[in-house]
Amino acid sequence: MADGGGATVKTVGLALVLAVACALPFAMSGFRVFQFTQVLIYAIAILGLNMLTGFNGQISLGHGAFYGIGAYTTAIMIDKWNIGYGWTIPVAAAVCLVVGFLFGRPALRLEGLYLALATFALALAVPQILKYFEHWTGGSQGIVLSKPKPPWGLPLNEDQWLYFVTLGVLIVLFILASNLLSGRTGRAIKAIRDNHIAAEAMGVNSALYKSVVFGVSAAYTGVAGALSGIAIAFVAPDTFDVFLSFTLLTGVVVGGLATISGAIFGALFVQFVPNWAQDISKAAPWAIFGIFLIVFMYVMPHGIAGFLRLLWIRMTRSAVMRGKAEGEVQ
Amino acid sequence: MSLTKRFLALLLVLGVLSLAGVAAAQTVVGVTATEIRIGNTNPYSGPASAYGTIGKAIGAYFKKVNDEGGINGRKINYITYDDQYSPPKTVEMVRKLVEQDQVAFIFQPLGTPPNSSIHKYMNEKKTPQLFVATGATKWNDPKNFPWTMGFQPNYQTEGKIYAAYILKNVPDAKVGILYQNDDYGKDYLKGFEDGLGDAAKKLIVMKQSYEVTDPTIDSQIVNLKNSGANVFFNITIPKFAVQAIKKSNDIGWKPLHFLNNVSSSLGTVLKPAGLEASRGLITALYMKEVTDPQWKNDKAYLDWVAWMKKYYPEGALDDQFNAYGYVVAILATHTLKQCGNDLSRENIMRQAASLKNVELPLLLPGIKINTSPTDFAPIEQEQLAKFDGERWALFGEMIEASKK
Amino acid sequence: MDIFIQQVVSGLATGGIYASLALALVMIYQATDVVNFAQGSMAMFSTYLCWSLLQAGLPYWVAFVATLVIAFAGGILIERVVIRPVENAPILSIVIVTIGLLVILVSVAGWIYSYIQKPFPSPFPNKPIKIGNIVFGAHDLGAIGITLVVLLLLFLFFRFTTLGLAMRAAAQNPTSSRLCGIRVGWMLALGWGLAATFGAVAGMIVAPVVFLDPNMMGGIQIYAFAAATVGGFTSPLGAVVGGFLVGVTENLVGTYVSFIGTELKMTVALAMIIIVLLVKPSGLFGRSSVRRV
Repeated sequence: MADGGGATVKTVGLALVLAVACALPFAMSGFRVFQFTQVLIYAIAILGLNMLTGFNGQISLGHGAFYGIGAYTTAIMIDKWNIGYGWTIPVAAAVCLVVGFLFGRPALRLEGLYLALATFALALAVPQILKYFEHWTGGSQGIVLSKPKPPWGLPLNEDQWLYFVTLGVLIVLFILASNLLSGRTGRAIKAIRDNHIAAEAMGVNSALYKSVVFGVSAAYTGVAGALSGIAIAFVAPDTFDVFLSFTLLTGVVVGGLATISGAIFGALFVQFVPNWAQDISKAAPWAIFGIFLIVFMYVMPHGIAGFLRLLWIRMTRSAVMRGKAEGEVQ
Repeated sequence: MSLTKRFLALLLVLGVLSLAGVAAAQTVVGVTATEIRIGNTNPYSGPASAYGTIGKAIGAYFKKVNDEGGINGRKINYITYDDQYSPPKTVEMVRKLVEQDQVAFIFQPLGTPPNSSIHKYMNEKKTPQLFVATGATKWNDPKNFPWTMGFQPNYQTEGKIYAAYILKNVPDAKVGILYQNDDYGKDYLKGFEDGLGDAAKKLIVMKQSYEVTDPTIDSQIVNLKNSGANVFFNITIPKFAVQAIKKSNDIGWKPLHFLNNVSSSLGTVLKPAGLEASRGLITALYMKEVTDPQWKNDKAYLDWVAWMKKYYPEGALDDQFNAYGYVVAILATHTLKQCGNDLSRENIMRQAASLKNVELPLLLPGIKINTSPTDFAPIEQEQLAKFDGERWALFGEMIEASKK
Repeated sequence: MDIFIQQVVSGLATGGIYASLALALVMIYQATDVVNFAQGSMAMFSTYLCWSLLQAGLPYWVAFVATLVIAFAGGILIERVVIRPVENAPILSIVIVTIGLLVILVSVAGWIYSYIQKPFPSPFPNKPIKIGNIVFGAHDLGAIGITLVVLLLLFLFFRFTTLGLAMRAAAQNPTSSRLCGIRVGWMLALGWGLAATFGAVAGMIVAPVVFLDPNMMGGIQIYAFAAATVGGFTSPLGAVVGGFLVGVTENLVGTYVSFIGTELKMTVALAMIIIVLLVKPSGLFGRSSVRRV
């Protein structure tokens, strides 16, 4: 009874969130819609990283690289070959899937610190490589794109259209992730994280799963990068630096490791808290952000989603306890 | 009509007129009867934060303008945001300024990638992107981007000036180049190579690059010396310029050394590198260098110091960026004054495009700012200077970039 | 041949810079099992404090030693106040806390001292030293010397003192160490304090070369990570050797491999990281750990 109730609450909750998300762009100015589109984009990237780090236990400090590869795939396809932006998104996903898998395979033997370092190296190499292949990437000057216009004469402005495109992609990807991470595959993935030796002893093909998860996680972040290239209509190599990787990791941890909803919370944090920090202190805004970050980790070491889950358990447990007590009395 | 009725009618007319006036003022974005809102983005944090002092200097100058009564009775409300030199952040902050803060125009946004990312947006929104803080060449394109205007002589022009000098004065030149591997370095490089034209392939014997994250460029200098170059084009930011000058001197390499304008500060570069080691360096200048002793008693310099002490005391007196911010803020004030009472965006742009022979303090004597509807490059003149161990001795004639 | 030797010498000089910070990184990792992303900014901040002392008129070596003491105390303070509350949290939470620390330190330094670069004095003379056709700076030699001295002190400390032994034990097996009476908490704090001190040394020998500014250690920390990876995060000797290797390889590749040239120098350092990780993850001198299931 308690569980069934939980499922209903969850569905209602999701529906509510979705409704609000759809209504948002009509209630806000273009600039705010742009900001929330950024939030959605970050959420996709953070979910990708969370899949790898939270669910599968492989630390990556290099997802900024995949974000950049996705962004440049889109930019080059639009700029050099005039391909419609819509088609570039699955291509960016495919490219990053392959690159991620190819990176994940040799990195199988690496754990913890060493994997973190290898991915760190990747994050640092990518901007340099992007600048090197100037002919394709426009070098340090970057590539300027045009913002897409809403098709079929829809009564939306460009910002709203981009928002809904991003929202659509996000919903699809979240559902896919949810399916992937539940059931047998999800259990295998989490088992590898918790005790991969035991998992292998139980017949889980750890090598295959780890590489595939790496690839899929890279693909997700690549899609986010592609969408950001379209939304900002500009890509430049130094944007995709190691700080971007740090930002994504921050989003994962603040949102909540190994949670899907955490991606949204993490994205909101990463997008808005630096702005608030700037409002609080012009002199040392990043100091405020750093303090925020540290205090957050003290208060909610399992992230916002983890914190909310704890709250939920407390609330429902007391309900169950009360129910039980009454049952026992009777 | 009775007296009361006449009085009421007068009140009515006055009321309607003032409403119309208010309405008219309100339809001009960012401008009210008492203030002009000016927006800006600068990197106040992150790796480019050394440039952030420009944004602060500008704010300090506008404070002075406000203390002295403002512009035609209106105070300047200067709103500046940190974009961390990151184009996505620049887009976000500029959109905030334009759409939420409703500024009249965006002034001196800093950096080539940040400005590139908002280039189309500003022109689509028909909002002035005025006097941008970058030396890139693409801001002088009134035909395609009528709302964007540059300010300083661009890097390619400077590169061309050095190239022209070499072609004219150094017959057996073998050129080695050290450049920063980003848009700034590459832009200088392009101008230089274009300036050499067909001779570029023959004359340039070696190019070495470096990243801003490298600790030293000693290795590159060693390679350049080894290439046999007798001319050195040094495209580095101050930190590395010091190393380059020092190391060349240490290893006994004495080429004809062209130093890019960005690192021409006596106090920040030449002194730490060694004044004797810096003897013979050539650069192109358009501003008076504030640590150069030849301007010690110059009125413009003394005014600047007084202003720094009063309005920006935490700013460094040996930081050329603080002089740069001062000068460009003066230009903005001048342009706005020229607008009179019409501070619409169209008129601001129109006035910015009709600057005639404007002289600003701290620009080299003889430099005049000129713009027109087909010329969106305010400063196009530079003069070569050679370091004589004590100061940047100007020589030759004022070079007009537009004549190139 | 001359060019080769000169590039090797320059590489050793830059390598010495990487090695000094790598030592601090390895120190923290050995003592606390944590990779401290704020190591570079702690070093930078200590150097700024030294600068303030010098501005106040103290002679160089007095300011140097005073800074070491302050850095030591600061390191302990940070561990007790900032890191302790998350000691038992997932490792990633600790990583995030160090990232927060990094950001705070850079921001506060920029706020107090502004972002313009400042020259920082070197205790060594400015004159270049010439041997045959090879030129190097006295400061470069001095920097390498100091790094080697620190390495020696570290080695002696861990090998031959009870305190060093206690620290190693506390890091590798906290539970057993407690049973032996070791105050694990204070060992961790001590580890941070020592690492902060080494970081301060690194900062003070680096600043004369790259100039003092809040972002000074950014690039160097990256190379220090490469150095520690190549040499082994569990070996201080490895960190130093790794630093020299990275510096020299960088220069030689930049000089002799023309299609890479100087535009991909960092990629070279990173390729080194990847190759080492693939071939021998624990680094050239590190110990691989065996895990019991």
